[in-house]
Amino acid sequence: MALLHASGSKVSSLKEKRSLLPYLLLAPGILWLFTFFILPIVNLAQTSTQTPVTNGDTGSYEQTFRFANYIDAFVDNKEQFSRSFIYAFLATALALAIAYPLAYGIAFKSGKYKNLLLVLVVAPFFTSFLLRTIAWKQILGEEGPVISVFRGLHIIGQNTSLTASAFAVVTGLTYNFLPFMTLPLYASLERIDPRTMEAAGDLYANAFTTFRKVTLPLSLPGVVAGTLLTFIPAAGDYVNAAILGNPNTKMLGNVIESRFFKIVDYPTAAALSFTLMTAILILVTVYIRKAGTEELV
Amino acid sequence: MADASSSTRGDLRIVNVTKSFGDFTAVDDLTLTIPEGSFFALLGPSGCGKTTTLRMVAGLEEPTQGSIHIGSTDITHTRPYQRPVNTVFQNYALFPHLSIYENIAFGLRRRGIKDVKEAVNKVLNLVELPHLAERKPVQLSGGQQQRIALARAIVNRPALLLLDEPLGALDLKLRRQMQIELKWIQTEVGITFVHVTHDQEEAMTMADTIAVMNEGKVEQMGTPADLYDNPKTAFVANFLGQSNLIEGRIEGNDGDNFVVDVFGQKIKINKNRSHAKDSSVLAGIRPEKIRIQPAGTAMSGNVLTGGVISDASYIGVSTQFQVEMPWKQELMVFEQNDDGVAPLEKGDAVTLSWEPVFTFALDGREDAFAGSEVHADEE
Amino acid sequence: MRLTWWFRKNLIRVYMVLGFTYLFIPVAYTFAFSFNNGGKSNLVWKSFTLGNWQNPCGAPDVCVALGNSIRVGVISTVLATILGTLIAFAIGRHQFKGRSTINTLIFLPMATPEVVLGASLLAMFLNLGINPGFWPVVIAHVMFCISFVVVTVKARIASLDPRLEQAAMDLYANEFETFRKVTLPLVAPGIAGAALLAFSLSFDDFIITNFNSGTLTTFPKFVYVASARGIPAQANVIGSAMFFLALFIVIAGQLVSRRKAR
Repeated sequence: MALLHASGSKVSSLKEKRSLLPYLLLAPGILWLFTFFILPIVNLAQTSTQTPVTNGDTGSYEQTFRFANYIDAFVDNKEQFSRSFIYAFLATALALAIAYPLAYGIAFKSGKYKNLLLVLVVAPFFTSFLLRTIAWKQILGEEGPVISVFRGLHIIGQNTSLTASAFAVVTGLTYNFLPFMTLPLYASLERIDPRTMEAAGDLYANAFTTFRKVTLPLSLPGVVAGTLLTFIPAAGDYVNAAILGNPNTKMLGNVIESRFFKIVDYPTAAALSFTLMTAILILVTVYIRKAGTEELV
Repeated sequence: MADASSSTRGDLRIVNVTKSFGDFTAVDDLTLTIPEGSFFALLGPSGCGKTTTLRMVAGLEEPTQGSIHIGSTDITHTRPYQRPVNTVFQNYALFPHLSIYENIAFGLRRRGIKDVKEAVNKVLNLVELPHLAERKPVQLSGGQQQRIALARAIVNRPALLLLDEPLGALDLKLRRQMQIELKWIQTEVGITFVHVTHDQEEAMTMADTIAVMNEGKVEQMGTPADLYDNPKTAFVANFLGQSNLIEGRIEGNDGDNFVVDVFGQKIKINKNRSHAKDSSVLAGIRPEKIRIQPAGTAMSGNVLTGGVISDASYIGVSTQFQVEMPWKQELMVFEQNDDGVAPLEKGDAVTLSWEPVFTFALDGREDAFAGSEVHADEE
Repeated sequence: MRLTWWFRKNLIRVYMVLGFTYLFIPVAYTFAFSFNNGGKSNLVWKSFTLGNWQNPCGAPDVCVALGNSIRVGVISTVLATILGTLIAFAIGRHQFKGRSTINTLIFLPMATPEVVLGASLLAMFLNLGINPGFWPVVIAHVMFCISFVVVTVKARIASLDPRLEQAAMDLYANEFETFRKVTLPLVAPGIAGAALLAFSLSFDDFIITNFNSGTLTTFPKFVYVASARGIPAQANVIGSAMFFLALFIVIAGQLVSRRKAR
């Protein structure tokens, strides 16, 4: 074999080629993300400190580095701001409460139907999420079946509605992001060796203690990933609030959208976007630090 | 059948090879020659450097220093696919997406061999699994996967076949069977086998030559019988089977033997089996070589009196005794259950004796327990 | 006594039944109302008809929107899958400097609310004088799909036993052959899964699309706009059909991979 007599220099050149390869692999995708994610964010930061051109057309702005835009935007919209985070928090907590037993059941109690059930968790998401949200609106709405039953049983008053309420918005958020909670939970529960739970039982832990001391800590990475994947999109969502809410349930997303399209107030929309993103990133960072899980990606 | 190595045959020579990972030296200035056609075992506890050595021969790691040769060809820095070396990986590493046939044909196809079909069928017959050609690896049992991994490697007729703990995943009974089979296949194909294992019994069953490795160095190399009967270090004495090592002092000569004083009693040790550096020695004797009798019985050879049985375990073919000696050391004695004498019990006073030729002597400054703990961990 | 015992023993199962019911109510509703002869608004049940299924393009614009969504989805999926897979291989199989920076850059788009992604991209396009429409939407979809592709493919690469590639090299396959004959076929299911995920993300996206689409109507955008006056039953037909199609693909994929393993 001639190859066996490869000289030392040939080997080293082979190595150099290999060290260049990862950058070639990274380049196109990273360039795309840089151009269409990082640059727009930078541009957004610039827009956020602009002010309207005096006597100019609607929608024309100039850079005046007016950082007070942020204060104005925040003060004008602090209700929507806090509402976004409260709704997102409630939806995340509800989704966790619903998804954990579901993921637990799929991981440990479903036997040979495990894969099928897993598909079924994701399956609803193959129907457009707008269609499903609107379906909820119609199911819970004035002409739907639920409201008359509830009123008939006097669970709610005759004039109380289920839709166009904060309740409906939170329900919609919870429902829409449920798989983002369930799948990571399942992934980390599934990795737990059931024998560790049996061992806990053997060592005098009852079912509740076993859960609290063994199962829950071991599934914590899934809890962290799931809550993040639910909270982040929920905090920025405006579709649920638009379809299931009323003017008093508007979230920050709704404001950003209307500032952009209806009022053409780009600086305020940019300042709000930036504030929202920063707030979420700070929350996420603190949360990850506390939960002690760095490896999320 | 074309060989992967028509120009590269001969002994494997590892010359002054060192491999470091950061501060950790996995292999420390190793020099080793493995003769062509032999069944060679690298034996040692995990972390002793045996697997790193194997990976360097395979081309999966590059030595920090030194060189590796097959015959007259230097292969130190060649890529794995440029070497006439094939490996049976731990857990086999069969390609899960390919059929058994395609797994075995993989190397032949890469080398552009013409008669793939004939070669594959021949090797499938050799490992007695011709009916499995169209299956996928996951459909095979552990033992079958093991044989396919072997077939996939030897079909290439490499100069050298490396086996990385090849039987580790099999149960005991299957492992015994495969040990005999591997040995037979090696004789059949005549390829040099280099076998890495931590299992001393496996190494002794199969290999013609064993190198015992510890902390990146070869402690001792030789035939299985040689290593067992005449260990040079406490590590080898303890890692290969069990040994009683008793502190003593050489006090004189008696023909071919040294006369050694152990806590006031005199024993003889053959000079050929002494690795002592000066008069301070560890006198070694294997537990099954010792005879045990009630105190007061007249006995010949090396005799130690004053023992008391502190523990006796009946394990079928033999009984294992722990005997506490006057100097508070516990000696191990294995006695075959074949002579029908009244059984000895815990608390009985006994005398121990053995033939002087079975005794070996180690340097008295060695740690008498070296290699005994690691051994217990591995099993 | 016996009843409570049964209940305790089957608590999780009872709960799972409730959970799945909750998940499937809107899907069932959407499916049921795809058979409603309810006119334009499709708000209340009138009578059963197969007409909507026989003529899914019966409502004007539904099929135009669907066609746009599919075109955007296919192009975005192909691009995002290629770019994301390349990145995943770089991260999963190579050493390079700036790894943590790259990881952060991959993670950030997933941690950024869609409304911010959509608004910032639109603002940049407007600044550059680029009109929103088909290609801006594709660009946006590729951007937010790349991260999901990277994460999915990377997980598959990480689960690959490195000894398989070593075995290939040991069996005379050079770097390229090892990649083509061993690495790629074994990572392929992960890439297929990532592509499926990218397509469903793209197909279902509304927020980012709404910012960057201008006059282009995609299926979710059509539904959103129509929701004010009531959605035609044909939209339910398409939603349900997508559901069954995706279910079929996933289950068929699982069966194929199981048969392959056998």
